[in-house]
Amino acid sequence: MSVRVRVPTPLRKFTQGVDEVNAQGVNVKALVDDLEKNYPGIKERICDESGKVRRFVNVYVNGDDIRFLQNMETALKEGDNISIVPAIAGGR
Amino acid sequence: MSFVTGLQCRECGQKYPQEPLHVCELCFGPLEIQYDYPAITAKINRETIASRERNLWRYRELLPIDGEPRVGLYSGFTPLVRAHRLGETLGVKELYVKDDSVNHPSFSYKDRVVSVAISKAIEFGFDTVSCASTGNLANSVAAHAAKAGLNCYVFIPDGLEQGKIIGSAIYGPKTVAIKGNYDDVNRLCTEIGDKYGWAFVNVNLRPYYSEGAKTHGFEVAEQLGWKLPKHIIVASAGGTILPKLAKGFKELAKVGLVEDTGCKIYSAQAAGCAPIIQALHKGTDLVSPVKPNTIASSIAIGNPADGYYVIQAVKESGGWGESVTDEEILDGIKLLARTEGIFTEPAGGTEVAVTKKLIESGRVPRDESIVISITGNGYKTLEVVAQSVEKPYTIDATLENFDQLFHRLALTESVTAVG
Repeated sequence: MSVRVRVPTPLRKFTQGVDEVNAQGVNVKALVDDLEKNYPGIKERICDESGKVRRFVNVYVNGDDIRFLQNMETALKEGDNISIVPAIAGGR
Repeated sequence: MSFVTGLQCRECGQKYPQEPLHVCELCFGPLEIQYDYPAITAKINRETIASRERNLWRYRELLPIDGEPRVGLYSGFTPLVRAHRLGETLGVKELYVKDDSVNHPSFSYKDRVVSVAISKAIEFGFDTVSCASTGNLANSVAAHAAKAGLNCYVFIPDGLEQGKIIGSAIYGPKTVAIKGNYDDVNRLCTEIGDKYGWAFVNVNLRPYYSEGAKTHGFEVAEQLGWKLPKHIIVASAGGTILPKLAKGFKELAKVGLVEDTGCKIYSAQAAGCAPIIQALHKGTDLVSPVKPNTIASSIAIGNPADGYYVIQAVKESGGWGESVTDEEILDGIKLLARTEGIFTEPAGGTEVAVTKKLIESGRVPRDESIVISITGNGYKTLEVVAQSVEKPYTIDATLENFDQLFHRLALTESVTAVG
């Protein structure tokens, strides 16, 4: 089972500059572990010491923020699109 | 010349040179501009500032540009209105309205941040400027881009008020409406910025952009005779302006322009989108995102990245925060219009209504100086209030017709007065 992951600029040094990679995982937690296996060092940029997504990182599954789903336990299926996005603000 | 020494991560302290960067590569924390304050202290004083043009660049030593300002030469220095009638209604002694609804050129506080961001974009050599916006920012970016002759793309959620859409389109940018809410727009823009290499004012130029918000506070202090107000109330959406007011006030003290007498800062949100207030009231600094549902579209940001810093700044200042219902927001808009003759959008109605609530609950005392920061203009959001104001009386062009109407109205007035 494979999903597509969009990699933001600050993490591309781990993926040799590639902006989109394939990865495996039944849920987001497993996905992050799989990314770590192929791109060592990437996990600690996404997650804090307790394994939770960092305060300034947003993770989206098919455009939905995982904090509205089941966080790290959010289940994944073949072909899902994952985005890892720095939490920036602005607007108005 | 610039007094900027570089960028630094607010979270882990990692330092970076002055580049179009906005997040720390190590921890994704936001980057903050660093200045050489001793050098600034030696360079400016109240007199030098007073001798300069009345625009936001009069505080340029505390803004992150290297050369001459490129845009925003008429932005900022909006009125600080002594609000006697509103103050009387709310039962407070010294009330002011900082009126960014008449900011140049696009009638919102956003002309401040955009002036700085686009000046910086030109310094960095970008030819295309862009933004993710709930409307006001798009208006401002489009206007400033037109003046500077830059290419412009603005991204907004679909379903915005006409005034906000046309208020961008008239300047000739490419306007892209995204099916979804602001948070969807924001996420997409981060990805587009990455891919296309444009200057997204509130994404990759964010550290520069947000510094412009300080000028709102600088002006309040200068207009009060180089004094900080005791209390200031401002709406929070993405959370840019509030922490920057706090930073700006501290900087003024640091460079010797004001005495640090302390200013309590209060956050205002709409009840239909109040992730920051919910966290504040719960006593946590962990802001949980919400799905916005409010008429206050300009502050309908459910996932405010700077929410954490809003809470930090509010707590550190000794302030507080409140949220108000859409009905209270409409009442707030009308109250400001009918006591001070200032027509604001729902974000401003939120600020007025929250101020009322904070005064009534005793959080804000009645005998100290209070400033309400009005950040946007009501002429852009006419739909929102269209149903809650009186319709015109249509009559034939005869004096007799008007006499009848006048008597009818006078009767209704007296009935209302008695009742």
